[in-house]
Amino acid sequence: MNTEILGVILMYITVMALAIPLGRYIGKVFNDERTWLDPIFNPLDKVFYILGGIDPDKGMNWKQHLWALLTINAFWFLISMFVLTNMSWLPLNPDGNPSMSPDLAFNTSVSFVTNTNLQHYSGETSLSYAGQLILMLWQFISAATGIAVCAMLFTAMKERTAEKLGNFYRFFVRTCTRILLPIAFIGAVILVFSGTPMTFEGKDTITTLEGEEQHVSRGPAAAFIPIKQLGTNGGGYYGPNSTNPMENPDYLTNILETVYIFLIPIALVFAMGYMLKRKKLALVVYGVMTVGFLCLVVPSIYFEMIGNPAIAEMGIDQSAGSMEGKEVRFGAAASAYWAINTTSTSNGSVNAMHDSMTPLTGMFAMLGMMINSFYGGVGVGFINFYVFIILAVFIGGLMVGRTPEFLGKKVEAKEVKIAMVIALLHPLMILGGTALASYLYVGSPEAYAGWLNNPGHHGFGEFLYEFCSASANNGSGFEGLGDNTPFWNIATGIVMMLGRYLPIIGPVAIAGMLAAKKYIPESAGTLKTDTSTFGILVFAVIAIVAALAFFPALTLGPLAEYFSLT
Amino acid sequence: MKSNNNLFQKELVQQALRESFVKLNPKIMFRNPVMFTVEIGTLVMLLVTVFALTSDSQGSFGYNLTIFLLLLLTLLFANFAEAIAEARGKAQADSLRKTREETPAKLVRSDVLNDEGMGALSSKHISSITSQQLQKGDVFICEPGDIIPSDGEIIEGLATIDESAITGESAPVIREAGGDKSSVTGGTKVLSDKIAVRVTTAQGESFLDKMISLVEGASRQKTPNEIALTILLAGFTLVFIIVTVTLKPFADFAETPITIAAFISLFVCLIPTTIGGLLSAIGIAGMDRALRANVITKSGKAVETAGDIDVLLLDKTGTITIGNRKATHFHPVKGMDKKAFIKSVVLSSMSDETPEGKSIIELSETDPASYGVEDARYIKFTAETRSSGIDFGNTRIRKGAADAIKDLCEEAGNQFPAEVSDTVTRISSNGGTPLVVSENEKVIGVIELQDIIKPGIQERFERLRKMGIKTVMVTGDNPLTAKFIAEKAGVDDFIAEAKPEDKMNYIKKEQSEGRLVAMMGDGTNDAPALAQADVGVAMNSGTQAAKEAGNMVDLDNDPTKLIEVVEIGKQLLMTRGTLTTFSIANDVAKYFAIIPALFIVAIPSLQGLNIMELSSPESAILSAVIFNAIVIPLLIPLALKGVAYKPIGASALLRRNLFIYGLGGVAVPFAGIKLIDLFVSLFI
Repeated sequence: MNTEILGVILMYITVMALAIPLGRYIGKVFNDERTWLDPIFNPLDKVFYILGGIDPDKGMNWKQHLWALLTINAFWFLISMFVLTNMSWLPLNPDGNPSMSPDLAFNTSVSFVTNTNLQHYSGETSLSYAGQLILMLWQFISAATGIAVCAMLFTAMKERTAEKLGNFYRFFVRTCTRILLPIAFIGAVILVFSGTPMTFEGKDTITTLEGEEQHVSRGPAAAFIPIKQLGTNGGGYYGPNSTNPMENPDYLTNILETVYIFLIPIALVFAMGYMLKRKKLALVVYGVMTVGFLCLVVPSIYFEMIGNPAIAEMGIDQSAGSMEGKEVRFGAAASAYWAINTTSTSNGSVNAMHDSMTPLTGMFAMLGMMINSFYGGVGVGFINFYVFIILAVFIGGLMVGRTPEFLGKKVEAKEVKIAMVIALLHPLMILGGTALASYLYVGSPEAYAGWLNNPGHHGFGEFLYEFCSASANNGSGFEGLGDNTPFWNIATGIVMMLGRYLPIIGPVAIAGMLAAKKYIPESAGTLKTDTSTFGILVFAVIAIVAALAFFPALTLGPLAEYFSLT
Repeated sequence: MKSNNNLFQKELVQQALRESFVKLNPKIMFRNPVMFTVEIGTLVMLLVTVFALTSDSQGSFGYNLTIFLLLLLTLLFANFAEAIAEARGKAQADSLRKTREETPAKLVRSDVLNDEGMGALSSKHISSITSQQLQKGDVFICEPGDIIPSDGEIIEGLATIDESAITGESAPVIREAGGDKSSVTGGTKVLSDKIAVRVTTAQGESFLDKMISLVEGASRQKTPNEIALTILLAGFTLVFIIVTVTLKPFADFAETPITIAAFISLFVCLIPTTIGGLLSAIGIAGMDRALRANVITKSGKAVETAGDIDVLLLDKTGTITIGNRKATHFHPVKGMDKKAFIKSVVLSSMSDETPEGKSIIELSETDPASYGVEDARYIKFTAETRSSGIDFGNTRIRKGAADAIKDLCEEAGNQFPAEVSDTVTRISSNGGTPLVVSENEKVIGVIELQDIIKPGIQERFERLRKMGIKTVMVTGDNPLTAKFIAEKAGVDDFIAEAKPEDKMNYIKKEQSEGRLVAMMGDGTNDAPALAQADVGVAMNSGTQAAKEAGNMVDLDNDPTKLIEVVEIGKQLLMTRGTLTTFSIANDVAKYFAIIPALFIVAIPSLQGLNIMELSSPESAILSAVIFNAIVIPLLIPLALKGVAYKPIGASALLRRNLFIYGLGGVAVPFAGIKLIDLFVSLFI
């Protein structure tokens, strides 16, 4: 078989081999069961609890969880704004990089605190090391925020009838210390040995083969990159992200970085199965996510590997696949595989330019973000999926002749209302945002000429992609867009915030309200959610609610582009 | 009560057609958010059509007019669905009510009645009025041949009553003051004796009146599940509002002008109009189906809840077993001639009017008169002796419970044979009831009485088990007998030696574990349990208290009715679920019909998306709108009859419905729109 495809299969097998045991481990961490790392981390956690004045044993209801989450996130945002607008005089700035403009700092702060990592800047010229480090901190703790709130959701699903659903800070601290830190550390060590910089010194100067002198940006990159991948953050240390050889030196690091994208999102599904003692439910969820992912990734790899027909027509060899905007050291298949990994998980890091992908691959990347729950971001991927489960339960429950229930709890008007609002939000922001951009552009093409290098269908695709990326908290870009303008900084900043917090608040409220309801034991007449039939139903709900709403927009973007290509 | 099962009777259809136009009133339409948005779209199209008379920029006048008419038709179809369901429900209720209108009533002065009883009434105390003038609390009397003018409770007397007008059951029933059989229903006929009845419900407030108002639009409350589904559908509608509205700037960017007619068609096709149009019809039809089963529901919610029932409490007598016990075997003691034993037994029972006594005579296959016994004195059963019998000449025959006869014999110095004790134990453990017979204080044998389990009841319980419903038998029998019958009938659990509070406690226990419980009852004793149960079905023959406490009333007094009620509830929910699925699944094909049609003129390469190969953009849009409209009337019969419920387990049921209505919902419109397009393209 083609070695490129074997490489892709190897990456998926590796991630599964690691994710299943990791899921068990994460389940134990949140169930407060003993793990072999306890002797190291128990004292460390205690330090954080004492420093933070946290009582880790105090149970919180769902509202208290959300309040804790929102207040610490707001606090981080303020710190971030301060650091980014004052970098020029703060320490750790050997290259003398300037401070950010307020609108860019707003966009960047929102972007990192919300786990999006949309970057309207280039790290090597726009950030000091202090700026990079503060963003790295957000990469850890924004990921931990998502995972901690997902742990609360699991607890809510597990409990028969309960108000108190664990302690947010406890979930949060344990996520940082016991899950993110050790795995990121291992990745960083491998990257350092592969040649990724890890220093606080300023730019290096080298002489190129042509005899030119060139400055090379350095910094604490090896520490930054693993958590970028692991926490589905995606914000690169360098502007070109993991296409840059310093950020992603070779095929081995590419495997590592690709595996890190999926590792925790998949592990969390199995963690749910372990915590709830419902392995079959976890398998069904995993199955639906995997089938969905395959529907996106298989055609993408195919289209990238057969190359671009328009270029082939010009007589240029396309036997290596469509290599425009790709790194030769990774090849077409691994680049397409990464593209779908990173968009379906809300990661957003790239190892190739998505703007240059063939039209349908670009569409599948957008679909990954529009659906945003085929594995999805750490913690929030499952939280998004939960909304679709609730909608599927409602329709499926009726179809078996009972008022709907999920895990022994009745799903009623209030829950449906919230689930529907959340399901509606994503199309509203993506389509609404794109509509606004289109409207402004059509109104005065001269005034906004700087936005688009590619007019027509592809330019429309760039608008659409940018709002998908912001709303899905993905952070990658169709880079043709001139996006460092007040409109894009503010519009995507607002979309990122809404797209982060509302889809957390909604499902958490549903789970919290369901947890407080009376538990109804299962009977032969109850809709079973751990069957493949239910899986098909969830898949259908996702396809119709999440994907079909974008059909008209996709038709005018990538589909029109595709059909005019052939 | 015979009901016409033809879905579309002429007069009902005419009435519904009229209503379809009345319901276009936006105030009424507003209750249904999905169809309300269609109405707004229709109005916009009307304006566009008028505008098209002056300018061609929005397409030709004929095209716009056609779209407008199709949208109007969609609205009328949806209204018709609701109207026909209402009309059917009302017709059913009206025919029940008709019997009790304009009946003469013999009003009496209740003070006279209270002081001196019915016998003291003379004609000056009685005034004749019509039933509609009766007030709650009034007392009237009924004599043989009278139609009872109103629902009420017998306060004095006893009568045989023909209830066939209501129940269809021709055998007359006995109703008497006090106890659990004191209720009479308006429209039934007194056959013998005289009763005084107090009116228990004010005019217009009888259960039937309440039921009719549930069916009628104005006071119909949406059930919780209906509200939740409406929210879901409104959510979908909002999604498609977003999709349609944002398409305008998208199209401007792509420089592809789209007509208003196309926008509105896309929107109307995408929103779930099929389920939106049929939703209220489904709910009304559920109540109507209950009424056709002769069950009056006091709220739509009760029907819905019935579908969720986990536990069913059933009285043994009349539900699981046929009426009363029957004699099945004679066991004479050793040395006793069987013929002689039968003679004694028959003599002891010849004046026994209880069903058990009669069944003994039946089993003996002899005529008591043939023995020619005279001067016999019948000894009635009393609570102290716990035996009954007959004295004649020097012979004293007694029959009764084993320990009662044992005491009797041992007091007279006679032994109670060990052989008889064995027989008694054997009969008990087989679920039977032993009656020991003595002659002159000597045991002569045992009569075995057995409960006869209704034929076919095991299959019904099996069906319930597959639905996931636990059945519980309630009986006054001892635990040994109860266990035997429970096993034989196939119920899951039983409450033996049940007192009214036991039922209540059992319901509370199940409810505290999260289960929903249904029960049926008739007596005042049952009222608290009926109220406590999630679905309480009171028998129409039961007391007013029981009927007030329950949330359904069964006119047939048929204890197995609960099973039907559960199925009606499940059908109701399933019909909603499957039609929602169908409606939403239809969107796939509609997208593929309309989206290429919108852009194909400006971006010809999008022809690749026109996978149905529809002939032209206009015909594609028209076909989708036509399909969208006609699917509503095509599904009205399904909405009214309900999707068939099959007890095959939830997963199999989901698979089946997902296949039929999900996959079918995706496939059918592809075929339908293509066919319509072939037809439409002949004209444009």
